[in-house]
Formats: sequence, structure tokens, C-alpha cells
Amino acid sequence: MDTTVNDTTKTAPHVDIPALRAQDIRVATLAGQEILHGIGFDLHPGKILALVGESGSGKTTAGLACMGHFRQGLRLTEGSVFLGSEAASGNLLDLAPTQVRLLRGGTISYVPQDPALSLNPAMRIGDQIAETLQVHGFGSSSAERAERVAEVLAEVGLASDTAYQRRYPHQLSGGQQQRVGIAMAFACRPSVMVLDEPTTGLDVTTQALVLQTIDEMAERHQVAGLYITHDLAVVATVADEVLVMLSGEVVERGTTEEVLFHPQHRYTRKLLNAVPDLDGKRRVGDVEAITGEQPLVFPGPHSPGDQRINPLAEPGDHGPTSSTDLLEVSGLELAYGSAQILDGIDFTLGVGESMMLLGESGSGKTTLSRCVAGLNDDYRGTITLRGTKLAPGTRSRTAEQRQGIQYVFQSPFSSLNPRRSILESVEVPLKMAGTTDKRERRSRVLEALDRVKLGASYLDRRPGELSGGERQRAAIARALVNAPSVLVCDEVTSALDVSVQASILDLLRTLQLETGMAMLFVTHNIALARHISQSLAVLQKGRIVDVGPTDEVLTNPRHAYTRQLLDHVPTF
Amino acid sequence: MIMKLVSRRLLVSVLILLVVSILVFVATLLLPGDPAQAMLGQQATPERLAALREQMNLNDPVAVRYLSWLGGLFTGDFGYSAATSGPVSELLGERISASLVLMGIAALISIPVGIVVGTYSALRRGKAADHAATITSLVLAALPEFVVGILLITLLSTTVFKLLPSVTMAPPGEHVWNYPLQLVLPALTLVLVVTPYIVRMMRATMIEVLDSGFVEMARLKGVPERQVILRHAVPHALAPVAQVIAIQLAWMAGGVVVIEFLFRYPGIGQALVDAVANRDVQVVQAISMLIAAAYIVVNLLADLVGIATNPKLRTESAR
Amino acid sequence: MSSSTTPTDMPAASIESEAQAAPGLLRRMMRQRQAKIGAVLTGLVLLVALVGPLVLPWATGYSSTAFAGRPFQADGVFGTDNLGRDILSRFLDGGLRLLAYAALATALGMVLGAVIGMTAAYSRPSLDNFIMRSNDVLLALPQLVFALLAITVLGPEGWVLVTVIGITHAPRVARVTRSATASVITEDYVRASEMYAVPKWKILLQDVLPNITGPLMVELGLRMTYSIGFIAALSFLGLGMQPPTADWGLMINENRIALMVQPWGVILPVLAIAVLTVGTNLLTDALAKASANLNAGK
Repeated sequence: MDTTVNDTTKTAPHVDIPALRAQDIRVATLAGQEILHGIGFDLHPGKILALVGESGSGKTTAGLACMGHFRQGLRLTEGSVFLGSEAASGNLLDLAPTQVRLLRGGTISYVPQDPALSLNPAMRIGDQIAETLQVHGFGSSSAERAERVAEVLAEVGLASDTAYQRRYPHQLSGGQQQRVGIAMAFACRPSVMVLDEPTTGLDVTTQALVLQTIDEMAERHQVAGLYITHDLAVVATVADEVLVMLSGEVVERGTTEEVLFHPQHRYTRKLLNAVPDLDGKRRVGDVEAITGEQPLVFPGPHSPGDQRINPLAEPGDHGPTSSTDLLEVSGLELAYGSAQILDGIDFTLGVGESMMLLGESGSGKTTLSRCVAGLNDDYRGTITLRGTKLAPGTRSRTAEQRQGIQYVFQSPFSSLNPRRSILESVEVPLKMAGTTDKRERRSRVLEALDRVKLGASYLDRRPGELSGGERQRAAIARALVNAPSVLVCDEVTSALDVSVQASILDLLRTLQLETGMAMLFVTHNIALARHISQSLAVLQKGRIVDVGPTDEVLTNPRHAYTRQLLDHVPTF
Repeated sequence: MIMKLVSRRLLVSVLILLVVSILVFVATLLLPGDPAQAMLGQQATPERLAALREQMNLNDPVAVRYLSWLGGLFTGDFGYSAATSGPVSELLGERISASLVLMGIAALISIPVGIVVGTYSALRRGKAADHAATITSLVLAALPEFVVGILLITLLSTTVFKLLPSVTMAPPGEHVWNYPLQLVLPALTLVLVVTPYIVRMMRATMIEVLDSGFVEMARLKGVPERQVILRHAVPHALAPVAQVIAIQLAWMAGGVVVIEFLFRYPGIGQALVDAVANRDVQVVQAISMLIAAAYIVVNLLADLVGIATNPKLRTESAR
Repeated sequence: MSSSTTPTDMPAASIESEAQAAPGLLRRMMRQRQAKIGAVLTGLVLLVALVGPLVLPWATGYSSTAFAGRPFQADGVFGTDNLGRDILSRFLDGGLRLLAYAALATALGMVLGAVIGMTAAYSRPSLDNFIMRSNDVLLALPQLVFALLAITVLGPEGWVLVTVIGITHAPRVARVTRSATASVITEDYVRASEMYAVPKWKILLQDVLPNITGPLMVELGLRMTYSIGFIAALSFLGLGMQPPTADWGLMINENRIALMVQPWGVILPVLAIAVLTVGTNLLTDALAKASANLNAGK
């Protein structure tokens, strides 16, 4: 089998013969509802085609269809897939299961979205790679296969010794797991590779490394790649050609250059507009929703007072009771056993100021924001609001202090009780603050919903009837209903599609302008910085390593870690 | 790490057994009346009562009595039966092995049958064979054990077919397993009661595993279906199923009581029912402790299987 | 600024399916054929058990304990039992107590178990551990053995049966409740309530309980099925309902020696118990499926 594979790539040097040709693929649910409406594309050796779409666009279904695989509840209704010069051998989708099986993993391989779920947790990684080789009859002896395992591990930049091969998936980091997945996909020297969002959930540094590996491997071995993603910035880094999907249809196709810089379709333009860029040149969000000119990034005339000119003045300049210092965090420390999560955090937040707290997973950013909100009471150090030291837990803070700091959770799918109506959820802060009059609560909830652009019709709906973006708006309304002075937003857009993210960013900017509240915007996405914050604090391993006005930090990063982050951020 | 887990688990088991023993002992303290009186009857002379009380250590403080009872359990001294006036161990010796034989046969049949049927059912999900297996196991799982037993008796030994003996009648001194035909109905009843749970759990677990990412990945890398199932899917289903099997085996220790009574099978279950009817306290205590011990040991084994099959517990994590 | 229309952030079509209102648990359950069969079976036996005692002795001419003739005769519809009482009359009168006891025991077990399980999951780890380890102790004795131990000490009284079966259900219910609660309390809406300092009991009542009704209802069905089985089994062993009460379990015990001569005395109650437990189990299984579907969609 492997010989044919090698032959395919070696004896078919004509670039104009596509390695894979998919035509008019239609997939429907078993109930008969069509979800892919005739998709087609060519993959060329050494080139990567990006399949871009938001959740529900059918991009993964299309990718798996190339391998003749359909998930539970889906079936193929029409279409054909021809592999390279084997076009003569016929349509892959018509082949018997045993023949398809021989192609999968051999000629056409797959890199899954979540390696943590896709690697068998009870098998050593070396064995898992060797298994692929063995089922495709790669090599004539197990010694030869063992050699190939070591070779391919080295190729993706992992250790190749026996001890490493004897590890289990849980003994590797996320990035290493994903590289094992890539090694497995490359093991049999495939001619086509389907990559299903392989970098989702990885830190930018790791993502950059994985993308580089994919790029190099595809180039070196002349593999044709289908790269499924929702992330346009990644597309710019990795793809040669782009295909944009919307609701099971291709709405735009072309070279990466064409699609990203001269988009034709309205949806592509909307999608591109929604992508935040590091330079802050693009105006992310819905234009109609904003009345001013990105007012918060560059302090405008409407800011109350001149504190915005130097929002990060040393605390010594004006005492902690100064009218401009709203929130002051000093010497914050938190440890679980030997793991030091927060290691001496100091920062101040002025009235109406917006600060981004940037950190990768494990940096302690969520812990820090939860300490501020009083959700985590194990910390040492002090948090001061308007000059008054706060007790650690929300239960020991006064109602007024609780009102002062409000927190919005990351996932709107988890932060609203599915069994309670939006009214019931949003009025909780009012109830707990002692607003006993039912009618008053209702009118204030309505006012807050109005602010987040949800109307009265949402009052009696339940979260299950709302989209992700609407839910996040409702969650923000709950935080607004008590008119806080500090709003802590913990990764509030990371669970949402990019176009929804844009509208939430819009909303937050508008709200900040209208209400004059201060905001602590916690995120892992450095590209958002210029779109939401005036100042930027970079968090690494529980310490703030870089802090200052956003522009200053981005243009003159002082710390090596910040520079590393900036270097690795995919952009276009 | 693994030794620590295992020894911790062992310690917990021993502790639980100790607490159960206290519970069983205290329960009998609540019994109204005097055990010695109950043993000797109303006509006993005060001298004999006093002598027996002394012999049964009834005059000692409660804690001392508990400890000597507990010590007795370890040395095989289970006390005296009020009904036979002989030592409990003598009464139970034969019966324990008889019950073990019955349960052993049932386990040997139901575990493999349950695993195979459950796996098959999961692989044929939505097909006729799956529906048949699902409905049958659902109905059987609903039926109380004595209902299953009586339906079998009605069907196989009385009104419809007269194939098998419905009661066990071994002459005293003979072993039950010398009459294999008499074992069929009680064993079959146990099998029918226990298997459906194993089938259901195996099916549910397999379906979950078959839908998991690594099974999809194995298929996408071209592993033959047979190898996908045997190498990737089944091992993951075994640990949760081991738990269910343990619960079922442990359940048998209790469920066997009703079945033995129904078939007049000379095991500990029937002895327990008789002892409860006669308020024969020390026998009830002894059998309760035996069953609890069996229950705890089986659960311990299941947990050890779980620990042994989980590499996350066997090896240090990198993160 | 107010807009009653949907905001512009509706992403692709995916939302459509998600945005449909989730129909209630019970409606999802009753949509399944097995639930309909289960409901009919359960209803049938319930009808006999509830109405039976009311129509005696009018319907059969005898009360359940009156002597109708000599033992094991073919008089009347189904004949007489071991003491010469009318089998049909005893059958009609024999289900109500079983059902009532089973329902009471189940209710007791559910309430105790739910309270214990929710408290354990929502307490600090040390208390949680203590509660769950005590639970393990109770779980180490099979329910039947526990019941027999209690009956030895306290005698075969009705309240003893209900209490002991209820108590032995509790740790099992507690286990299920605890794991369901444990997964709910990590949800952010519970954290949100914590953040607004909502009292803990209110959080359990408003945020946790409504979100674990699925598993709890399934457990309720299971426990009811088991309770019926247990109480019938105890009566069958002669350690539950006592003669001369008419009771299905007891009837089986009394008449099984004459299975050949007079099978109805055994067959009727056995069928009633079988149909009832199969019915409740079908309902429970359908409920479990409905609840799994409900939880699967986020």
C-alpha cells in the first residue's frame, strides 16, 4: 500500500493534477434536512486550502466527507471525491468500506480538532503512531516501523527516544499532543491531509509552532492540505487558497490574497471586518451601533476629567484615596499547595478607565479577576475600592461593595440558569441589594436589557431560546442592572463566533462610554487590545510583567514575554 | 502513587467493615428482652439463666461484649444459635459453600453473556437485534427476583412443562452440587436477574465510547473495525462495567436470600430468613456480617480493576 | 435605542435548531412509544389496586378475609386459596397496601437522599467526604439484609418496612443527587448567585434543584420499582404484611405449594407485580432518555 502512496507523490509531479478533487458534495441529516448544498474544491500537492466558516457552517462535515466519514445522524446524498492520479480507480465515496479504510490514514490522513479527546488515553503515543503504520502495512518489519515512528516524531519537533514514545497522552502538554496528532497523520506519507481546527485551544506561542510544523511538513513532503478553521488570522499565516462557507454553501473562493484583501461576497466582508487586528486600524463591529469614533482607545473630549492622560500614574503620585483611583490591587498572592497561581499582583484602575489583562492559559488571569470580584477568597494582599479595603469573599463584602464591582463570565452557555427566565436571572442583583418592589425591579431590568439591545420580549424567555450572543448580552445586563463602577469581563468573547465577538466588543465600548464605568477586560487575545482598552497589563505565571498605556506596551514592549507574544500573533 | 491509592482504598474498606459491624451489633442491642431468656425459653430456672448469661458474657459492659464478638468473628467463632443451640459456625459451614456454588455458577454465566450481548447490542445500535436485547433486558431488569423465579417454576417445572425440579432436596450430609439438575432453576433465576443490568451498562458504556473522539480518530486513521472495537473501544468500557458487575455480584449476596427461600435451597439466605423468623439474633448477625464482607470485597476488587486500567492513575501527569 | 428585533449578532444557521424552545421533560417522555406502553401497564395495575378494595364485597360476594369454601376449590371466578378464601377478592384487595407502602418508602428515600446529596455536594470537602463515607457504610449492607436486620429487631410492622426501605434508598438516591449536583454547582450561574450573595439554601432551591430534576425523576422511577419489589419480596418471605391481610406478596407465599392444583392464587399476584414493575420501569427508562436529550443540548 505504502508503495502506491509513494508512487502517487513521486510519479505524479504535474502540479495541475489535483491531489484531491471533491465535487458537488451534498450531505443531509437522516431526517432529510440538507446541511451541505453541493460543495466542491481541488487540493493541490504542497498547497493548503483553508475552509473558513463560523460554527454551524458545515466546514467539518465537508472535511470529513473527503475521507468518506459521516458523523452519527448524517448521510451522503450526492457527490464524488477523487484522489490524485488514482482518479482512474474511481470515486472514493463509492468504494467499499474496506477500501476506504485502506486509504484513510494512508493516502489521506486527518488531524483532529482536540488532541486531548482524539488520542486514545490508554495507549502509549508511540504505539498509536505505530498502529497507523501497521494497519497500512508500512515497512516490512516492526523494527522498520519503529524507526519511522522515531523519524516522524523528530520531524514534528518532538523527542523521539523510547522513553518519550512510552508516554501516555495525558503526560504531554496540549501542543505536544497536537504534534503527536500531526506525526500520526504524516506517518504513512499521505498525499492529502485534512486538518480540523488543529490549533483551537492552544496558546499563540504554541499555535505558531504547530502552524509552522504543518507548513514545513506540507511543503517538504508535497502534501495537499485542507485546513478547516474559523480563524481568519490563521488563514493568512498558513493557507494558499481560501474557501468561505456559510450555512453549507461556498460563498467565496480564491487565493488567500484575493479573499482576505479583496473580498467579493458581503458575508466575507462582514467576517473580515469583525476580525480584530493588532494595529487597531480595522473598525471592528457594527458601524450603526457606535455613535462616536472609537472613543476609548484614544481618549476623547467626553472623558470626565483628565485622568485618562495618564491612567497608570504611580500610586505614590496621589494617595489611594484619590478620586481617580477607583480600584487598587496590591500584593495579591494566591497559592494552591506548591503551585503559586498569583505571585504579587499590583495595579490600579482609574474611574472610567478600560484595562486589558492579557495572559495565556495558566497565567492566573481568571483567578485574578475572580479575586477582584470576590469569587475567590483564598488570596492574600489587598483589594481596595474607592479607598476602602474589601473583604475577600463576596459574602463578607457589603451590598454596596458588591454592587460596585460586577463580573461577567466567560461562557454565556453556563452563566445563566437554563430553568429561569431572563427576568428572573437579571433581577437577582437587585433582589439581593434590597429592591423589594417587584415593579421597580422589572422596570430596571427592562432598562438594562435595553442598554444591551435586548427588548422587552426577552424578559420571559429562557436562555435555551437565545443565541450565544444574546445570552452574553443578557449576562452583561445582569452585571449592569445595579450600575457598577467596575465591570470585570472574563474572556467574555472567547466562546463566541468572531462576528458575535465584534458586536459584543461594540456593546462594551458603547456601554463604557455611556455609563462611565471602569472595565477590566481579561483575555488571551492580544489582537483585541487596541479595540477595547486604554491600558494593557501582561500577565505571565502569576506576575504582571508589562504594564502601561496600550499603545506604549504594543509599540515598545519592555518584557521579552510581551515581545514573544507579539511575534507569534497571527495577523494579516 | 498507585500503591498509595490502593492502600488508601484498602483502609477505607476495613473502616467501612468495622462501622458496619458496630451497626449490626448495636442493632441487636435494641432488641427487647433478654437473649439468654430467648434462648432458654420461659421455663428456664434463674440459675441456668445466670449461667448462660455468664457464658454469653451478657454481664460485661457493651464495649467489651462488642470487642469479644468482633474478635470471635476473626477466629471463626460466630456465637450460638438460639434455634439449634449449637454454634453458628457449625450451622453455616455447609451453607456458605452451597451459596457460593450457586452464585459462582450464576456469575460465570451472566458476566460473559452480559458483556457480549451488551457489546453486540451497542454495535448494532438502532437495529432489530439491539431493540430486542434492549427491551428484553428492560423487562427482565424490572421484575423482582421471586417473580422471575415463580414464572420459571410455572413454566419449567409445574403447569406448562415438567422438566426440572422446583425445590432442592439433598439428603442431609450430601453436597448440593451432587444434584446438578436441582441447581438449574435457582441458578437460571439469578442469571436472569443479574444479566440485564450488565447488558444495559455494557451497551450504554460502549455507545459512549464508540462516539468518543479517539474511536473516530482510530477509524479515520484506517484501523480495521475489529481492531477499533477490541483495542480502542472495549478496554475503555470495561472499568465502568466492572463497577456494575461488582454491584451485581454484591447484590447477589442479598438477592440470593429470596431465591434460596423460593427454591428451598440450603444456603445462607434461607438460614437468614429462618433466623429472622425465629429472631435468632446471633445467626442474623453472623450472616449480615458475611454478606457485608462479601459486598465490600467485591466492590474493592472493582475499584482495583478501575485503578489498574486507568493509565492516568498509574503514571505521573506531565502538567 | 431599544430594538425589539434580534440584534445583529445572529451567526449562521446553527442557532435555529438551538433556539427552539425545549419542550418539557414529561412531554418528551410521553412522545416515546415505550412510555405509552409503560403508562398503560402501570395504569392498569393501579386501577385494580385502587378500585379493587372499593368494590368489595359487592363485586365478588366476599370480603378479602371471609371464608368462601374449602381450600383450593374451583368456586367463583378463580377459586379459593389455601384457607378457602376467595382468590379474586383477595387479589382485588391485595395491591393497595403494597402500593401505599412502596410510595411512602420511595418518598422518604427520595427526600432524605436528595437533601443529603445536595448538602454533601455543596458543603466544604471535609463534610462532603464525611457524608459520602457514611453513605458507603450504609451501602455496604444489601437493602434486603438491612431490612431483615431491622425486622428481626423491630418486628414486621408496616412503619418498620416503610422506614427501613426508605432509609436504605436514601444513600443510593444521595449518590445520584450528589453527582448531579456536583456537575451543576460548577456551572457559572451558581457562581453568579454566589457572587450576589444569594443565601445557600436559596441557591440549592432555585439554581440546583430545577436543574437536577431529570436525574431525580429517573431515580424516583427506579426507587419506586425497587420499593414495590422489596415490599412484595418481604411479604413473600413472610416477613412483610402479616396474615390474614390480603397482599399480593403474601398470596404468592400462601398459595405456591398448590401451584399445580390452583395456579391462580399465585399467577394473579405474580402477573400484577410483574406488569406493574415492568410498567414503571418502561416509564423510568423513557424518562431517562428524555432527560438525557434535554441535557445533551447545552
